[in-house]
Amino acid sequence: MAELFNAELLARIQFAFTISFHIVFPAFSIGLASYLAVLEGLWLWTGRAIYLGIFQYWLKIFAVVFGMGVVSGIVMSYQFGTNWSVFSDKTGPILGPLMGYEVLSAFFLEAGFLGVMLFGKNKVGKKLHFFATMMVAIGTLFSAFWILSVNSWMQTPAGYGINEAGQFIPLDWFAAVFNPSFPYRLVHMVLAAYLTTAFVVGGVSAWHLLKDRHNEAGRIMFSMAMWMAVLVAPIQIVAGDFHGLNTLEHQPAKIAAMEGHFETRKGAPLILFGVPNMQDETVDYALEIPKLGSLILTHDLDGEIRGLKEWSREDRPNALIVFWSFRLMVGLGFLMAGLGIWSLYQRCRGKLFDTSLMFRFSVLMAPSGFIAILAGWITTEVGRQPYTVYGLLRTADSLSPIDAPAVAASLLAFIVVYFTVFGVGIVYILRLMGRTPDFETGEEVPDAPLRTASITPLKGLRVKDASVPKQEG
Amino acid sequence: MPLSRNRKGRQMELDLPLIWSFLIAFSVLAYVLLDGFDLGIGILFPFFNKGAERDYAMNTIAPVWDGNETWLVLGGGGLFAVFPLAYAVVLPALYAPLTIMLLGLVFRGVAFEYRWRSRNSQAKWDLAFFGGSLAAAFCQGLALGALVQGIEIVDRAYAGGWWNWLTPFSLMTGVSVVIGYVLLGSTWLVLKTSGPVQDKAYDFAKPALWSFLGVILVVSLWTPFLNPVFMSRWFAVPQIFYTAPVPVFVCVAALVLFRGLKEKRDGSPFMASVTLFILTYVGLGISFFPYMVPPGLTIWQAAAPDESLAFLLAGTAVLVPLILIYTSYSYWVFRGKVDPGEGYH
Ligand code: HDD
Ligand code: HEM
Ligand code: HEM
Repeated sequence: MAELFNAELLARIQFAFTISFHIVFPAFSIGLASYLAVLEGLWLWTGRAIYLGIFQYWLKIFAVVFGMGVVSGIVMSYQFGTNWSVFSDKTGPILGPLMGYEVLSAFFLEAGFLGVMLFGKNKVGKKLHFFATMMVAIGTLFSAFWILSVNSWMQTPAGYGINEAGQFIPLDWFAAVFNPSFPYRLVHMVLAAYLTTAFVVGGVSAWHLLKDRHNEAGRIMFSMAMWMAVLVAPIQIVAGDFHGLNTLEHQPAKIAAMEGHFETRKGAPLILFGVPNMQDETVDYALEIPKLGSLILTHDLDGEIRGLKEWSREDRPNALIVFWSFRLMVGLGFLMAGLGIWSLYQRCRGKLFDTSLMFRFSVLMAPSGFIAILAGWITTEVGRQPYTVYGLLRTADSLSPIDAPAVAASLLAFIVVYFTVFGVGIVYILRLMGRTPDFETGEEVPDAPLRTASITPLKGLRVKDASVPKQEG
Repeated sequence: MPLSRNRKGRQMELDLPLIWSFLIAFSVLAYVLLDGFDLGIGILFPFFNKGAERDYAMNTIAPVWDGNETWLVLGGGGLFAVFPLAYAVVLPALYAPLTIMLLGLVFRGVAFEYRWRSRNSQAKWDLAFFGGSLAAAFCQGLALGALVQGIEIVDRAYAGGWWNWLTPFSLMTGVSVVIGYVLLGSTWLVLKTSGPVQDKAYDFAKPALWSFLGVILVVSLWTPFLNPVFMSRWFAVPQIFYTAPVPVFVCVAALVLFRGLKEKRDGSPFMASVTLFILTYVGLGISFFPYMVPPGLTIWQAAAPDESLAFLLAGTAVLVPLILIYTSYSYWVFRGKVDPGEGYH
């Protein structure tokens, strides 16, 4: 038991724990920033105050989410050095500049304009304020671009050489940045962020529509969210399929684990469910559809799929985790598309706001994006084990020269602090979402002071259920 | 395909590691100055009355704190990019203080939004804001002291013990940084506020100034004895002509600051504290150069290959001026005294 929790395992748990918290917030703020830019644009374009109301409603939520994203991100940027110093020394010449570009092109842009976006509404003109919102939104997308390039390089390294100190050094920057899996991962992740946000917006508006289905703002939000669901979820499924084909090409062991294939076979089945057993090299209780596996992955009924037995035991990722996390993500993806199609059907019948069952389902699906994102990342990251740089640098050889007690102590501290701090933050966000979005429609509010995070409701913005200042817990 | 590069052979071109060492130093200085006043306000927080006074103090930094903290990310991320070996030995060596600093930054960062979200727990988040700021400032000082003291490296890895960062000297630098940030924070409040908050800020700035001068003196006298190289840097014959002006300028800045406080000026105390910080920073730089991590690792040994340095430098040359422009713009939007009645929240 004692040697089970060695420094390596603890450091991995710590990394997984902190990044899993981090990813949840940026995914939401990438989507929300773009949504806010759209809302403000609609307000400027149509002049309808209701868009401003919706903008301000989500802006407060954005401020809290963004803050949590920033503080959890700063932890990440130091964790490479504290826990994975050998990895840092070796990959720094390539990954460092990419992350440097993220700081310079994304983080400063976001942070520089965030102040104006949150607090500057009555200090700068409408157009400039809109510009600031756009810059924040663009900044979040730049951020996704660079960090996903970094991660993709670790999955499918390209454009590198190795020097005598054992460091990866750049030979071709273009090849390194646009490494083979990067375009797929970027598209898939940005779509994921948009979907996540769409389902949160859909769930929150459905919640309020269940109480009052004539709520104007609720209707607008719900309708926008359902358009996203019906348009983006199917695209995401297609993007995911392409992503999988790319992985098959570059990381076949990961695909074998995701699909639960131990044997190499022509005309492999699709294993719907089962319990991959790493020890006995079989899938227990498997429920299979013949030939479908080969069809999906090779687009040929008799295509060959390599099984995990092709790799020696110490080179195999954990199939049990990857198999199930992958199914969770895909299942949620289909549920999302399903809700989108249902809403389209109801919309065509003119009954988009008349189906409380659909509202209930939307509320249930509100967190689905977050779960799918975490499941997707677990698939990706566990599936590339036992390497940090795929095929080149083992996780075990990436670790800092640190002692298990030091890692254990810091891991414990992170767990306690993250659960309390971010737990409370999530409660605050839920409270903000509990406010009924009940705005005066009618004429536009001229230059209403925009106060984020305000306890006092805005002029021209009636918040019926300002249930904010209550005792928690 | 192993590649070997002879750095010496290309020295006639640009000395990229040297350029980068100045850029990283600039980024760390920008961080210390900008987040310095932020953290200083956090440390002073309990001395302001609950409610309006604290809201007022916080509103002076709410729109800019995130940008200020981004310089820390640039310092860390930049080190990873251009001096990966330094990043890989310094961070494990400072494991505990850095972890505590990060956790402190978590608490104070979320407090900016959280304290407005619930009146009942506002006091708790005010405390988190104070505690987080204090912990972060103190740990930054500890880290600085540990670095100045020197970090032991064997085979491209940290080779010291887990508690090496904890010494009387690093405790001293920890306290110094806290005091320095309090000075920056209080003079920032002098600049940005009026009324009772400004009066309090004047009262804090005076003792902060005296204590800061005291700790500068102690640390300056102590540092040369840590490492013979530092000693020769400061007191050997030709060098002393470069180093001697630093203490002279420190005295001048302190005098300006003292008069500014006495005559209750708005702007000069902050400018003078910033100058003091820059001077102490330059003083440290003189001791350090050309080491990245004393006592053994120079700038050139720690640097990534020139391809990495050049690639990032190209973007930096364009992006950093842009960043400075829009950051200044953002400060410009929120220029002048913050209006307590209006409040952003
Ligand atoms: C809302 C989120 C979401 C949804 C609905 C889906 N995914 Fe996904 N998926 C992600 C969010 C995500 C992600 C978090 O963005 C990942 C993790 C790493 C990455 O690049 O994207 C990911 C990874 C990921 C991978 C692993 C890539 C690798 O080798 O690293 C595959 C094969 C798929 N996805 C395929 C799918 C398919 C076929 C889906 C159809 C239902 C699907 N995903 C829905
Ligand atoms: C290990 C990997 C990561 C590191 C080291 C990292 C680092 C950081 C840092 C330091 C910040 C704070 C920036 C600031 O001060 O403003 C941040 C915020 C952010 N990160 Fe990450 N990050 C990582 C993974 C990711 C991923 C996977 C994404 C999304 C695809 C992402 C997207 C963002 C975004 C959009 C922000 C802005 C803040 C927010 O939206 O909440 N990061 N990250
Ligand atoms: C953002 C969502 C992400 C999640 C949920 C996630 C999850 C995980 C998990 C579960 C592990 C542990 C794997 C194992 O122990 O089997 C891990 C490891 C790791 N991931 Fe990620 N990851 C994410 C993104 C990233 C990004 C963006 C990067 C790089 C920029 C990254 C780099 C690493 C590294 C260096 C490790 C440690 C070494 C290892 O155990 O593989 N991850 N991550």
